Amino acid sequence: MSQMTEIRWHARGGQGAKTGSLLLAQAAAMEGKYSQGFPDYGPERMGAPMRGFTRISDEPIRVHCAISEPGMVVVLDDTLLSMVDVVGGTPVDDGLIVINTLKSAADVRSELKLEGRKVFTVDATGIAISEIGRPIPNAPMLGALIKVSGLLSLDTVKGQLKKKFSHGFRPEVLEGNLRAIQRAYEEVIGE
Amino acid sequence: MTGNDATAEAMRQIAPDVVTCFPITPQTELMHKFAEHVADGDVDTELVLVESEHSAMSAAVGAAAAGARAMTATAANGLALMWEIVYIAASYRLPIVMPVVNRALSGPINIHCDHSDTMGCRDTGWIQLYSENAQEAYDNTLQALRIAEHPDVLLPVMVTFDGFILSHTAEILEGLEDAEVKDWIGTYEAKYSILNTDDPVTIGPLDLQDYYFEHKRQQVEGMRHAPDVIREIGRAYGELCGRSYDLFEAYRLEDAELAVVALGSTCGTTKVVVDELREQGVKAGLLKIRSFRPFPEAEIAEALGNAKAIGVLDRSISFGAPGGPVHKEIKAALYGTGHEIGIVNYIYGLGGRDMSMNDIKTAFAGLEKVAREGTPDDNIRFLGLRGEGGV
Repeated sequence: MSQMTEIRWHARGGQGAKTGSLLLAQAAAMEGKYSQGFPDYGPERMGAPMRGFTRISDEPIRVHCAISEPGMVVVLDDTLLSMVDVVGGTPVDDGLIVINTLKSAADVRSELKLEGRKVFTVDATGIAISEIGRPIPNAPMLGALIKVSGLLSLDTVKGQLKKKFSHGFRPEVLEGNLRAIQRAYEEVIGE
Repeated sequence: MTGNDATAEAMRQIAPDVVTCFPITPQTELMHKFAEHVADGDVDTELVLVESEHSAMSAAVGAAAAGARAMTATAANGLALMWEIVYIAASYRLPIVMPVVNRALSGPINIHCDHSDTMGCRDTGWIQLYSENAQEAYDNTLQALRIAEHPDVLLPVMVTFDGFILSHTAEILEGLEDAEVKDWIGTYEAKYSILNTDDPVTIGPLDLQDYYFEHKRQQVEGMRHAPDVIREIGRAYGELCGRSYDLFEAYRLEDAELAVVALGSTCGTTKVVVDELREQGVKAGLLKIRSFRPFPEAEIAEALGNAKAIGVLDRSISFGAPGGPVHKEIKAALYGTGHEIGIVNYIYGLGGRDMSMNDIKTAFAGLEKVAREGTPDDNIRFLGLRGEGGV
């Protein structure tokens, strides 16, 4: 079986993880890959912990279930770190964790008592507030994920975002999101 | 595209004369999308916004009786509310096509996937086609129209796909060109129309002891012709776009000793598990049911004939009955064939409970013992359930 990349998103309702997980899947499709993007719709409450899922593959994707052993994890809210097993199922040797937080990767590592894996952090909320004017960290987290994973080209993701925001949004919203993606792409650091 | 988007795209390309619409999760985005096409002038469909699903089906019946191509879509409690008219649509022989986004019936209230909605109306006289993914939801919708309108059939068709798991998951869709769809569906000339004053007909009068029974028998006849028509249209669709369809799909089943029977989105996950088990030397296989109504009994019994143990997956419960609806059909299909095959029923995924690859492996693992010892006493099992009775 060919390699399939599985990404799990952890967030709170309202932070845009649903949009992020679907947008990444749609961007992958733009690069000619097969993909799936879906959230596990919970109680649909603002602020409630929720998960999103993205699969990307060169072959058609047949599975239709949640992702329990993700190669990559994106965490949009660092208050979840103490509540949810965000790293559950990730491979110790090359699992990749990207977190929206002011903490350093080393701090997160010791907080989670995490061995192996690669941990990256970025202040996506700060970036979102200054570039978009709202604390919605999904777009910058996409930028950060693209940087550390090399999954797709940043231009593809930006193109998909433009498509998404071309209808019913003010141009400033799109431009702010594009700047936020770019900044997080440049500012994400880790070990 | 999500399953909802894919189905709305099929509806845009079909451009029915009349679509009746009432929103219910997880169908809402489907109709939202289609309503956008109407508002943008992409289709000249008459979109009828109604106050309930009972009215949605009633208006579709009225439109179809007038000779229009009529569609609607629903899910779960919406389907339950239109129940009365669902029977009536079939008995009037109106070729209405209705995507149903499978969702658990209340209560307790739940918006996620199981098959209790469409399984509950398996005896309404509608054809039921189940879909494994968004692509199949699209393909089935385009085929459903031709099946429903076929003069030998003239029955309404439900195209079902799993709520959220398919309706809200973005996947890759290979669509047909608009012109191809136009050619594929052709124009529709209803045999009878209540608006045709040159050839006046009455649809839906009182039908008591004298003819009701004969009319029901005619519905049976329409359903009896359906398998050949479904196959013929499935083949023709394959010639059009390379994806051909049958009444069911046998996946690595020919020499399979352990066979799982399923329908809906979990079939894709099961195929991956079958491949893994095959690599480990386990002779595993899957029978994926596409057409649950009509149920191709003899063909399914033959396809399962070499199995030593069968696990039937049911995403709904038939309370008080020996197992779920699919399980009972499979057992009935095998009766009298001379094959004494051990059968276990796995009820799973109710209310959207995730059906993981490990769950499916558990089902196959259970079948190894059944293959050795035959049908066990505990042959109704609850896969992925916490607590007593769960496996």
